[in-house]
Amino acid sequence: MTVFIPTPLRLYTGGQDAVEVDAATIAGALESLTLAYPDLRKHLFTAEGKLRAFVNLYLNDEDVRYLPAKEATTVSSSDTLSIIPSIAGG
Amino acid sequence: MSVLRLTGALYDEIRAHGEETYPHECCGALLGKSTTDGWQIEAAVRAGNTRTDSAHNRYNIAPVELVKIEREARRQGLGIAGFYHSHPDHPAQWSATDFAEAHWLGSSYVITSVAEGKATVTNSFLLAGASEEEKRFEQETIQVDDEIIGRN
Repeated sequence: MTVFIPTPLRLYTGGQDAVEVDAATIAGALESLTLAYPDLRKHLFTAEGKLRAFVNLYLNDEDVRYLPAKEATTVSSSDTLSIIPSIAGG
Repeated sequence: MSVLRLTGALYDEIRAHGEETYPHECCGALLGKSTTDGWQIEAAVRAGNTRTDSAHNRYNIAPVELVKIEREARRQGLGIAGFYHSHPDHPAQWSATDFAEAHWLGSSYVITSVAEGKATVTNSFLLAGASEEEKRFEQETIQVDDEIIGRN
């Protein structure tokens, strides 16, 4: 599947805006991604290994938080995963 | 100091958006290209403010809208360079909430003060630092066409 990398994190993927990974689930895709690009890990996950609260994941156009199986959702090679940090303020 | 470069038309468009949504906050994304000392903005994309509960002093862009904006940026060969929002009847300075909720390291956060419905000062702040834990806002120079503005 294709993982789309947001602008701030391209620094850690050699400038690539998209990375192809071979994975069966969303969690597997994130694992493959961070194995290939270890510097990404601390930007996506807390020290406890949980996805940072401000990191949104979209499988195609669906918010992964609202998928029944969440990050355990199975994926196919034609799916896309977008990593989108949140945007808000006062 | 980094520089945010944009055309007068884009600069006016961002400020006009804040006037249109007054007394609520406007928000949107800036698409552009990275240069050696900052972003060259090529387009501004309006977004909806989902904080209808407190739109006069809060903004939020729906992530799904950002997914679509980023897809369009990629199609145009551009990147998300930053974001803009307005401060109705409040200075064009970042607030504690702006800082806490800023997560796009290396991006520009443009704030326009709108006083009684009229856009006044526009400032830009680069979210600098190598990680969420080290992030900080640094004021940028705004260069509109060939004119330097936004420097206090």
